Amino acid sequence: MEILVLAKQVPETAEADLEITRDGADVEREDLVYTINEWDNYAVEEAVRLKEEHGGAVTVLTLGDEEAEDVLRRGLAMGCDQAIHLNDEAFLGSDPATVVRAMVKALGGRRFDLILCGVQSADQGQGQTGVLLAQALGLPYASLAVGLKLVEGGLVITRELEANTLEEVALPLPALVTVQSGLNQPRYVSIMGIRKVRGMAIEGHDAEGLDLAGQVGPEAACLAARRLSLPETGAGAEILSGSLEAVCARAAGIIREKGGLK
Amino acid sequence: MSGILVIAEHRQGQLRESTLEALGAALALAPAVGGEVVTALLADEPEALAAPLLTRSPGLRLLAHPELKEYNPEFYLPALADVVVGMAPALVLLPHSSQGLDLAPALAGRLNLPLVTDCLGLEWDGGALTARRLIYGGKVQESLTLKPAATVVVTLQAGAFAPAPEGVAPTPEAVRLTDLAPQHPRRFLRQLAAAVEDVDIAAAEILVSVGRGIGGEDNLPLAQALADALGATLSCSRPVADSGWLPKSRQVGTSGKTVRPKVYIALGISGAFQHQAGMKGSQTIIAVNKDPRAPIFSVAHYGIVDDLFKVLPTLTAAVKA
Ligand SMILES: Cc1cc2nc3c(=O)[nH]c(=O)nc-3n(C[C@H](O)[C@H](O)[C@H](O)COP(=O)(O)OP(=O)(O)OC[C@H]3O[C@@H](n4cnc5c(N)ncnc54)[C@H](O)[C@@H]3O)c2cc1C
Ligand SMILES: Nc1ncnc2c1ncn2[C@@H]1O[C@H](COP(=O)(O)O)[C@@H](O)[C@H]1O
Repeated sequence: MEILVLAKQVPETAEADLEITRDGADVEREDLVYTINEWDNYAVEEAVRLKEEHGGAVTVLTLGDEEAEDVLRRGLAMGCDQAIHLNDEAFLGSDPATVVRAMVKALGGRRFDLILCGVQSADQGQGQTGVLLAQALGLPYASLAVGLKLVEGGLVITRELEANTLEEVALPLPALVTVQSGLNQPRYVSIMGIRKVRGMAIEGHDAEGLDLAGQVGPEAACLAARRLSLPETGAGAEILSGSLEAVCARAAGIIREKGGLK
Repeated sequence: MSGILVIAEHRQGQLRESTLEALGAALALAPAVGGEVVTALLADEPEALAAPLLTRSPGLRLLAHPELKEYNPEFYLPALADVVVGMAPALVLLPHSSQGLDLAPALAGRLNLPLVTDCLGLEWDGGALTARRLIYGGKVQESLTLKPAATVVVTLQAGAFAPAPEGVAPTPEAVRLTDLAPQHPRRFLRQLAAAVEDVDIAAAEILVSVGRGIGGEDNLPLAQALADALGATLSCSRPVADSGWLPKSRQVGTSGKTVRPKVYIALGISGAFQHQAGMKGSQTIIAVNKDPRAPIFSVAHYGIVDDLFKVLPTLTAAVKA
């Protein structure tokens, strides 16, 4: 089975103190730590497991700056066989449709039995790229996979719907599937593992080489303007302050009273 | 281009509430955008599902075909592409749901239309759409203004727009589709119920809920100790269930359970929208998080900004005191 998996590098922001740049166009990036998009980690794991079970090869692809090579190395360490890096400043500021245009160009006529990617990227949360790519390549697809079974004639995908409901759909191959978190338990990647793949070649592409000059980046995107701000917290919570003991005593009182434990 | 097209959703024989929210958003924008507001309802027997729309949507297009009983993009796409091309609306609105996530990019891709997803607010000014959405797990807000385009596809976050009020009496236009040609043989097989539960977290009066901040399965006894002291039940955010630290039936949120306990104690949960949607109706919410800007504090009533590993033992002791 020939599998392509998309993996994007995103900043870790859950605990970061995010600041907006003066021009409002971005967040301050200096102090941010980058990692593989959570959803893509599950997609890479699934791709590698399918290969391990059924044979074939896995290609991991990213569009991102120099640093994004880390997600490719990580993918290789997890068991991917080849890596493709779309790396050019010209790609920055692209929207998902433009990212997809670049990916399609970089893939040329290459054929894969299965393309896996994440449901959404944790930074922008757009949830567009996978299905757009399927559409661009003319592939059948299913989004939000929490189950993936290879069967005679294709795949059975368990899709996650709202409120604890699931559905099963049958897909022929080749196909594209967007992976929801929890599909599997991704393997641990050690520093040693990443060191081992340091020497593996990565196929690189820039906009000019793909004949995409002028067709990517902000000019090609559907956005005229983008402004970031920190959301208003509204009334927000009453923050309990004082010593740890005082705070906890107060909290315990609130829980007992509101919880009807008095 | 003018007018707004709303794409209805239904499941298990019922129109989904998210449809009425998308219609509400359309009606609010309609005076600025101009033109008619039309809801397209695709089903095997759309008449049977249309009741809530018959008093709310100024225009109603009922598209009937046996293959439209369950959602399947292979049949939804050709049917909708025809409607969009025929009506040429300024906006196509869909819920940002499991269906919207599956359908909207395919529709936009197929017709080469710009797409903005998971929007919380929309404004229309002189032919340009500005959409407000949250990024970075809800910690940053972005305001996107689109370049002028004939038609823009937009998906809307659940709960962000007020449902459409009653007050109109449309004359539905019913169409029986005859030749719906799927591009591929993707097939709907069946719908599955939720996994078997160990406990029903929706029935608990007090929930002690842990997020990724709990760090690992080995730390769960710390939270369990607080739950025991309170006679409370342990619940969690998605990453905790994804990692297998707690069973899926303990997950709170859009893809888990909606809970409304007397007290909800959120420990190391950032408060992403999908989590908030499942717990913001709790009577009292107390959040413990070391990040003072965690979005959970915007829905919590009380907050403790500190390391949960320091708070938990002290709080458990205080509860027992
Ligand atoms: C289609 C879809 C459906 C989803 N459905 C759900 C759902 O039903 N339920 C759900 O929960 N999520 C759901 N999600 C995922 C959701 O988007 C978030 O990724 C998830 O809720 C984040 O969980 P978290 O807050 O535990 O983790 P994080 O966002 O990583 O937050 C961890 C928090 O812990 C804090 N923290 C870390 N260490 C400590 C410490 N020692 N002391 C105190 N605080 C600490 C951090 O400051 C941070 O705020 C869904 C996503 C998608 C795309
Ligand atoms: N720049 C990128 N490089 C590699 N994969 C990407 C990129 N952008 C999006 N993807 C893939 O598409 C999925 C959905 O992304 P998005 O549409 O940005 O939410 C992600 O989980 C990735 O698998």
